[in-house]
Amino acid sequence: MSDAAKPSPPAAAAGRSSMKKELPEHFKAYRHVWVFIEYERGNIHPVSLELLGEGRKLADKLDVELAGVVIGAEAEALHEAALSCFEYGADLVYRVADPILAHYRNEPFTKAMTDLVNTYKPEVLLLGATTLGRDLAGSVATTLLTGLTADCTALAIDDERSLAATRPTFGGSLMCTIHTLNFRPQMATVRPRVMPMPERQAGRIGRIADHSLSMAEEDIVTKVLRFVPDRDSDKAQLAYADIVVAGGLGLRTPENLRLVKELAEVLGGDYGGSRPLVQKGWIEADRQIGQTGKTIRPKLYIAAGISGAVQHRVGVEGADLILAINTDANAPIFDFAHLGIVADAVSLLPALTEAFRQRLSINRAAS
Amino acid sequence: MHIVVCIKQVPDSAQIRVHPVTNTIMRQGVPSIINPYDLFALEEALRWRDQAGGTVTILTMGPPMAEDTMRKALTLGADRAVLLTDRCFAGSDTLATSFALATAIGKIGETWGPPDIVFTGKQTIDGDTAQVGPGIAKRLRFNQLTYVAKIDSLDPESRAITVERRAEGGLQVLQSRLPVLITMLEGTNELRRGSLDSALRAARAEVVRWGAAEAGVEDTAKCGLRGSPTVVKHVFAPKPRAEKAQIIETAAGPVRTQADAVIAAIFARQPGIESDLLRLARHS
Repeated sequence: MSDAAKPSPPAAAAGRSSMKKELPEHFKAYRHVWVFIEYERGNIHPVSLELLGEGRKLADKLDVELAGVVIGAEAEALHEAALSCFEYGADLVYRVADPILAHYRNEPFTKAMTDLVNTYKPEVLLLGATTLGRDLAGSVATTLLTGLTADCTALAIDDERSLAATRPTFGGSLMCTIHTLNFRPQMATVRPRVMPMPERQAGRIGRIADHSLSMAEEDIVTKVLRFVPDRDSDKAQLAYADIVVAGGLGLRTPENLRLVKELAEVLGGDYGGSRPLVQKGWIEADRQIGQTGKTIRPKLYIAAGISGAVQHRVGVEGADLILAINTDANAPIFDFAHLGIVADAVSLLPALTEAFRQRLSINRAAS
Repeated sequence: MHIVVCIKQVPDSAQIRVHPVTNTIMRQGVPSIINPYDLFALEEALRWRDQAGGTVTILTMGPPMAEDTMRKALTLGADRAVLLTDRCFAGSDTLATSFALATAIGKIGETWGPPDIVFTGKQTIDGDTAQVGPGIAKRLRFNQLTYVAKIDSLDPESRAITVERRAEGGLQVLQSRLPVLITMLEGTNELRRGSLDSALRAARAEVVRWGAAEAGVEDTAKCGLRGSPTVVKHVFAPKPRAEKAQIIETAAGPVRTQADAVIAAIFARQPGIESDLLRLARHS
């Protein structure tokens, strides 16, 4: 289970917003914007760099520094990660290196993070809404007894220096803007691909501050026995694919999902489906595209037989170009697609696959 | 073994509509369901109870009408149901919710024996935060195992538990020790149908109702709106794009003609995309 549908009574919520009190004195020292850098197996998760881009804007608005927090086993490797953080906008990196931190585990990471917060007192703390980020964020916020807003789609600083975190609710039917008025840090998570990747500024540098983990392996109950990498490595790539083709109920039968896969393959992209397909068991849950599935930002998104519910729109509107194929000229997908064709996806998809195949092979031969 | 499963009654979000003028949720006629993710948690709890023995207590926080949800879960085979309902819980955010639930779980432990496992779904379909499970774990000081795809082994005697946890890019195989809080991943098991026996039992069973005091909440300032550090400032309907899709008009004819028209429209609108496609297609 999850939160208690906080935004359910808008009327009551509006009344609450006038309850702004003065920030308690001990929180006034909290300054600077932090981004937790998800660093695993030698790689920074792209969502962390996306958050540095967003954090940079918040820090500039607040006129404070942007810091990255890198936690892991080897100081040298974390140094490399820190250099990347600087190139993506961080002024400062807090580094916690300890062999205990070799693999993500809730207990030592929560300890490292909360110790850092209590020592250096950031006003804003952002984390990626990944399985790791969500596991950590909930624990850190509860330990610090502060507010945490999940899966934000927009972050801003209001006139009172307060973080305004906007997120969809009720499956994307409504948006709400949430503040953490009287507690610090103000915490938020953002899903991968929701924010654009910032430009890398090669050679940009910053400072590293080391902090040690005050914990011993004996203190930690949970042990990592092993890590089994996904064999189907494209699982995690849907969110970062340049071309995405997805199907909805307009495909009519689960077998017709093949048509979506074939077009995606010819285009060198990845495929997914709308929420109803997941609910019907036609497609795996990690291929769901939309607010409750993956957020995508491809260069080209082809939605075949998808009506375009709000929750779907929220997950795809970052695409450069959206092509919608639907038999219903009044389907909501035509309200936010860039290009549309009123046609039956089941017959158009194979023709499109063939036409693309020919066009691309001709041009490949020519190039 | 005593297992507590936290479930939540949620509006079926697939059927929610927003009033076009007032931007408020139109709840009328929207059916309430058990949060679908919680059903995987419930099923997993029932399986381990059936295998290792013990009882399953289900817990929810919500309005009195959430009793329907509890009765449904009893029909599926849970042994006992506790409904946490009090006006002071209204408007709770995730921090206040985890406080109320963790306090009630403490009381459940005093009343029927300390829980060995607390299960939740990975998130709800209305809030979608996935924050309450970790919040409960931290407050109870239970070992936290989120996004569990499979429980490999569980030994109530030695207190050892091994699970497969969905992590970024793979599965983590974790060994931990009871008591644990587990948030269960979807699609990990198949929900049983309630037996006639448990349906009859559920019809007679009493859903225990606790207010804040009965649940052991001493400080109601930690509950509901007062206990919530986050504040909803604005609620609004997402803004549609100003401009609608450019509709590709094609004369009725062979579907291949339509396909060519679509491709021409894509390249006309985004000339750079053809070279991207060539690059990507070459890699595939």
